[in-house]
Amino acid sequence: MVQISQAPRAWHEVLQRTLKANGVRLVTFVPDRVLTPLIANIQADPFFTAFATAREEEAVGILAGAWMGGMPGAVLMQTSGFATLANVLASMAVPYQIPLIMVVSERGTLGEFNWGQALACRTLRPVLQSLAMEHHTITHDGELEFVADRSIKQAVATQAPVALILSPLLTGGKQFKS
Amino acid sequence: MSKPKGKMPGTPARPSNAKTMNRLDLTRRLLARLGHEEAVIAGIGNTNFDLWAAGQRAQNFYMLGSMGLAFPIALGVAIAQPQRRVVAIEGDGSLLMQLGCLTTIAAQAPRNLTLIVMDNGIYQITGGQPTPAAAVSDIVAIARGCGLSESAWALDEEDFERLVASALSARKPVLIAGRIDDSPGAEGISRDPVQIRERFMRGIGVRTC
Repeated sequence: MVQISQAPRAWHEVLQRTLKANGVRLVTFVPDRVLTPLIANIQADPFFTAFATAREEEAVGILAGAWMGGMPGAVLMQTSGFATLANVLASMAVPYQIPLIMVVSERGTLGEFNWGQALACRTLRPVLQSLAMEHHTITHDGELEFVADRSIKQAVATQAPVALILSPLLTGGKQFKS
Repeated sequence: MSKPKGKMPGTPARPSNAKTMNRLDLTRRLLARLGHEEAVIAGIGNTNFDLWAAGQRAQNFYMLGSMGLAFPIALGVAIAQPQRRVVAIEGDGSLLMQLGCLTTIAAQAPRNLTLIVMDNGIYQITGGQPTPAAAVSDIVAIARGCGLSESAWALDEEDFERLVASALSARKPVLIAGRIDDSPGAEGISRDPVQIRERFMRGIGVRTC
């Protein structure tokens, strides 16, 4: 008997579809190796306006302005990029009640080879917790759509930022080449 | 061999014929030129304070932190509402925090975005210390180098008004820099972020109630 294997949708396809289903049309990003397929597919999809910024806080500022102007968006970044955001989260996203959707590709754990990345990663959750920000670490395909979809809806409904942390368990992470 | 002579601190590189103007006066002149519910976003500190003092339009957005993000926020508004003209006012010290945004704006090239830099060469609000750029850097040259070809120094108040009028009908992003004095900003701004944001969103038609 021939088994027809139906490959599950890749994590980035699920995330792209979920952003689209929620009308998240603007995507700003600072590139990351793991996020490469998501960035490429979103840039190729005419539904999205997507572009790189020079710095993560700039990407957050653009999204804040766009949301106030009626256009929902999300920012894609790596853990070390999130580590640059404490000021803009504390002085804009949280107090102005901006439903900022952050997708953070998690580096610095589960096989990290760069000590600097490992240390930057350790600041991620303490910063989110210190501002009492909603955040979820997504570890497998089965929970991705539910967590992302519900989190985006909650961010919009409550006008509060959210961070979706993409674990290497979900994405495969960046692998050390010896 | 003599060393090249630098300019004195607090004397930004700029055309020698650029007049030193006043931020509140220029802000008033800017607002007087607006008539189509243009969005205006001002950076933290004195830039904000003088926008507040110049007239509390519902289309004004005031920042309470996030130094350097006035231009990125304005870019976001301009992308979300391509039919509306958007003006951002930023201090030179703030812009130095986020110079990379000039490259992003040049790359996206919104047709409806005007950038104004109030350049006094100092961090006025923290005690008047010169910025690292003050004696050596030309903001307009930096902007042009980032790809914002329509960047110019306003040589005096009339020139500023002429540049603003031209920017408001331009089809490219425009940057206007004005050399300003070291006057502090006006007092009295509201510091309620949610109220500021809600009012702004009503002012630009996103909120209807």
